Amino acid sequence: MYYKSPGYRAFAFANTGLLLAISIACVLPLVHVVAVSLSSSAAATGNLVSLWPIGFTLDNYAKTFGSSQFLQALWISVLRTTLGTLLSMALCVLAAYPMSKADEKFKGRSLYSWFFVATILFNGGLIPAYIVVVKTGINNTLLALILPGAVAVFNVVLMMNFFRGIPAELEEASQIDGASHLRTLINVYLPISMPSIATLSLFSMVGHWNSWFDGLIYMEAAKQPLATMVQALVANLDLTRINLNPEDIKNLSQRGLRSTQIFLGALPILVVYPFLQKYFVKGMTLGAVKE
Amino acid sequence: MQASAQQAKRSGQGGLRRNGMLHLFLLPSVVLLIVYSYIPMAGIVIAFQDYKTYKGIGGSEWVGLEHFRTMFMDERIVQIIENTLVIALSKMAAGWVAPLIFALLLNEVRILLLKRTVQTLVYLPHFLSWVILGGILTDMLSEHGIVNAAMRALGLPSVFFLGSGGWFRFTLVVSDIWKEFGFGTIIYLAALAGVNPALYEAAEIDGASRLRQTLHVTLPSIIKVGVVIGTLSLGNVLNAGFDQVFNMINPIVAGKGEIIDTYVYKVGLLQGAFSFATAVGLFKSVVSLVLIALTYRLAYKYANYRIF
Repeated sequence: MYYKSPGYRAFAFANTGLLLAISIACVLPLVHVVAVSLSSSAAATGNLVSLWPIGFTLDNYAKTFGSSQFLQALWISVLRTTLGTLLSMALCVLAAYPMSKADEKFKGRSLYSWFFVATILFNGGLIPAYIVVVKTGINNTLLALILPGAVAVFNVVLMMNFFRGIPAELEEASQIDGASHLRTLINVYLPISMPSIATLSLFSMVGHWNSWFDGLIYMEAAKQPLATMVQALVANLDLTRINLNPEDIKNLSQRGLRSTQIFLGALPILVVYPFLQKYFVKGMTLGAVKE
Repeated sequence: MQASAQQAKRSGQGGLRRNGMLHLFLLPSVVLLIVYSYIPMAGIVIAFQDYKTYKGIGGSEWVGLEHFRTMFMDERIVQIIENTLVIALSKMAAGWVAPLIFALLLNEVRILLLKRTVQTLVYLPHFLSWVILGGILTDMLSEHGIVNAAMRALGLPSVFFLGSGGWFRFTLVVSDIWKEFGFGTIIYLAALAGVNPALYEAAEIDGASRLRQTLHVTLPSIIKVGVVIGTLSLGNVLNAGFDQVFNMINPIVAGKGEIIDTYVYKVGLLQGAFSFATAVGLFKSVVSLVLIALTYRLAYKYANYRIF
């Protein structure tokens, strides 16, 4: 067998080393930022910290969670993530169901599919989108973070493909029992699609949590979500945003605080990541192969 | 029960009443897309106007192609288009090769636990936003950051990764690959899992070394996927990565780092030149549309790939 030859063994050894080195390089930056956030102000400012905290302290975390602005931004992020995902998934399931029907069974399907695809192919760009949001009066409300991106066309496609895999007999049986499309969707399709719905929901949640630009352009400072607040902090080193008095700012290293907020911004993603990983491989390849 | 069964019979399969409900299901999505996708598409008319917020689209003056003329006469914008192209093309090329090679290397790992661990670690950066990663990287790559400290420890000279145009572009490309290569391997690993083991056995009996097996069995079996991925990525020629550039750029490197998207934001929303910014954005959208339509067509024709 090839893998017993000395040459291949040498390769396999080197390969393992290389892959491990690359893998570690993918997470080292996160380890570094955590180490800085847990280090004393002096160590952080003096650039003494590499991968392990020096002068361990939770000061940065205590200060961050003591800031009302931070908690407000956190709350807005939680709200937009929850409500945005719920709305987006409801729209997705409702749209995917008719789109999963054959062209003959649902007249107008191809027209709808063009209607959806066109939005992927072309968009009006930043300025017209901004003007529409402002003119519809939803800026500075949570709706500005939820409505414009609520119809996730790619998710509709994935969901549609999943629905197509459901045996036609199930739908026929429910129709013979006199169920309407709505009942068929709720009582037949939804229960068997839960794994797919969970996957797409996770993706939607990650998208909402990470989304920062809409918060920047549509929301006034006091109503911005956490991602936008962290962005402002990273871009401008604007520590007054988190409501600290000058005395505190002096005692805390800017770098430590910034690292803390960056890490806290990433934390929810790290928490759901194991669940995500279980599903996203399936999700990625779901749309790739069609009969 | 009986009544509803009769009703179902009367309306029949695909009858108007039953299909009415299907249209109703699509209604909310259609309304939202009309308001937040189609109306903005129509809003591109302001690229041909001198749009004033208080006058609205109906009352603003028409200026024809003036904004486009200004745009292509402006050396700065030509430079910005060049920046966008250079950054985007470098990312596309490197971003196509890296996952392919990584998937091939990962395919050689025979210890399942190791393979899983590597996958878990390399997929992770994909899920973090550029706000987070931009924040971490600007800190790490700064003059006193950990990267330069490590390089000095190894006796190498310090590099201002974010302080000169050339290095900035380099950093953009490398950090983009770093973030996305892992995720990009997924599709190849799925294709590799589908390779018929009998092919390897036959090659082995013919005395092919593992390298030759890789070149003649493994590679051909994933190259088709690779071509589709590469083709579809061509639509990104003017997508240099707004989130990344926005979060890593600084005034020193703006000359070589500013891209179309960041420029549209700056001129349009910060300086209020709505019409001009829309014109610049429209130029990008149209080029992208042509490329995307073309690449989807190619991918469909040669690999039978389609979305809907």
